[in-house]
Amino acid sequence: MGMGLELYLDLLSQPCRALYIFARRNNIPFEFKQVELMKGQHRTEEFRKVNALMKVPALRDGSFTLAESIAILLYLVRKFKTPDHWYPSDLQKRARVDEYLSWQHVNIRGKGSKLFLTKVLLPMLTGQPLSPEKLEAVTEELNVVLKQFEEKFLQDKPFIAGSEISLADLVALVELMQPVGAGYDLFEERPKLAAWYRRVEEAVGKQLFQEAHEGILNAKNLTADKIAPELLEHFKHQLLKQASQN
Amino acid sequence: MGLELYLDLLSQPCRSIYIFARSNNIPFEFKQVELFKDSVLGKKPAAGSGAEQPRAGPSNSEGAGKVNLLKKVPALKDGDFMLAECTAILLYLSRKYNTPDHWYPSDIQKRAQVDEYLSWHHANIRANAPKTMWIKVLIPLFTGQPLPSEKLQEVMEGLSTSLKQFEERFLQDKAFIIGSEISLADLVAIVELMQPVGVGCDVFEDRPRLMEWRRRVEDAVGKELFFQAHEMILNIKEVLLKWQALQSMPDPHLPSSSAQTSTAQNYRQSQK
Repeated sequence: MGMGLELYLDLLSQPCRALYIFARRNNIPFEFKQVELMKGQHRTEEFRKVNALMKVPALRDGSFTLAESIAILLYLVRKFKTPDHWYPSDLQKRARVDEYLSWQHVNIRGKGSKLFLTKVLLPMLTGQPLSPEKLEAVTEELNVVLKQFEEKFLQDKPFIAGSEISLADLVALVELMQPVGAGYDLFEERPKLAAWYRRVEEAVGKQLFQEAHEGILNAKNLTADKIAPELLEHFKHQLLKQASQN
Repeated sequence: MGLELYLDLLSQPCRSIYIFARSNNIPFEFKQVELFKDSVLGKKPAAGSGAEQPRAGPSNSEGAGKVNLLKKVPALKDGDFMLAECTAILLYLSRKYNTPDHWYPSDIQKRAQVDEYLSWHHANIRANAPKTMWIKVLIPLFTGQPLPSEKLQEVMEGLSTSLKQFEERFLQDKAFIIGSEISLADLVAIVELMQPVGVGCDVFEDRPRLMEWRRRVEDAVGKELFFQAHEMILNIKEVLLKWQALQSMPDPHLPSSSAQTSTAQNYRQSQK
């Protein structure tokens, strides 16, 4: 019987990693409910009861269910009264965090995901190699938002909201690890970003950060035979659509 | 030097902020920004409201280059403090001006449901609703050519899927998204859905439950305020014609007049 907090996660997914790291870092007691996307476990009848949108992450707290990582992070902040810096009570600092959490959906998250799916998932599912032009185009889209991130959100501060790490930094970094997992070392020629990466990693704990990212950093080992055959067509169709949208 | 809100009411996020501030009697200076007008008149590359601009097809449409999509509206300026992003601005205002609880409930589960919608909104309703204006009005205006009908169909299908999820997962049988009272979630949703309505794609037409929710939202914010905020988008054809009169431009290719005629009039009539 489900008692206590349950977090439904697949650590290949960026928002799941943010949640996992946040909960562990803050010693929030929860049951890790694995939902393997590659095996289609997000499409089961059982999981639909937790999240009818069939997406991870999802939360179940008694009879209360919740989707969307941002909503879940904020819920945990409030319920477990985590240290102030994660979501500062100062009105303006809090607004900075909200600003990033809103902007990131279609920008860092959108373009980072697109690169990963174009470079790793689609060739794996379709068996067709990726054209260099396509890769360049998708990479360039990400480069544009990376520039905006550095210039508008990070600027010369140690963290997005100022001198301390907040939800904004955590959400940003896990998203950037997706293109890294796809083989794009975006920190290489961006020293300011690389320095921020190290600060965030240290603030959450290097071991925890590495643990959460083990799967995605081995993404190149993902092969189509790990996917349930009946799901192959579905994933292909879904991802092709996604790739053409953003 | 009080609160300044930089808004273009043709932009959906601007409307939610405008309605929220006015509805709560928050004193602010309305700083008019005319994004779309600058683009239509071919002035310096105007900023977009962040609406995802669909690809117009072969990249020989110079019109598409006239708009640069770095968001400049909505924007808030409070003394030295500047803020972008609709959600961030709404939350800042609700906190600073202590607006009634129902907008962003203190109950953590209800609050989480508002956050849940506001998050989901970006990649779903907001992914497709804005494109209807680009496809039906703006791109044909810039390029002088209509887009193939498959483009609009694709967008409407995407929007349909989102609307289905909206009704089944977020609204369900409740009066408003989080229950019996309106919140920021309903406001952000409704302004987005008025965009397709304004350009002749009435998403409420075959969706009675959605239409009832819309009426409740209008009543909750005040019909007059709601209509005032939406006057431009509901009269988009007239607005564009007025702009063109400012400089000689070829006639735009607009949707057939039967679909477009007096969207605003129909709206008013339905408000008996």
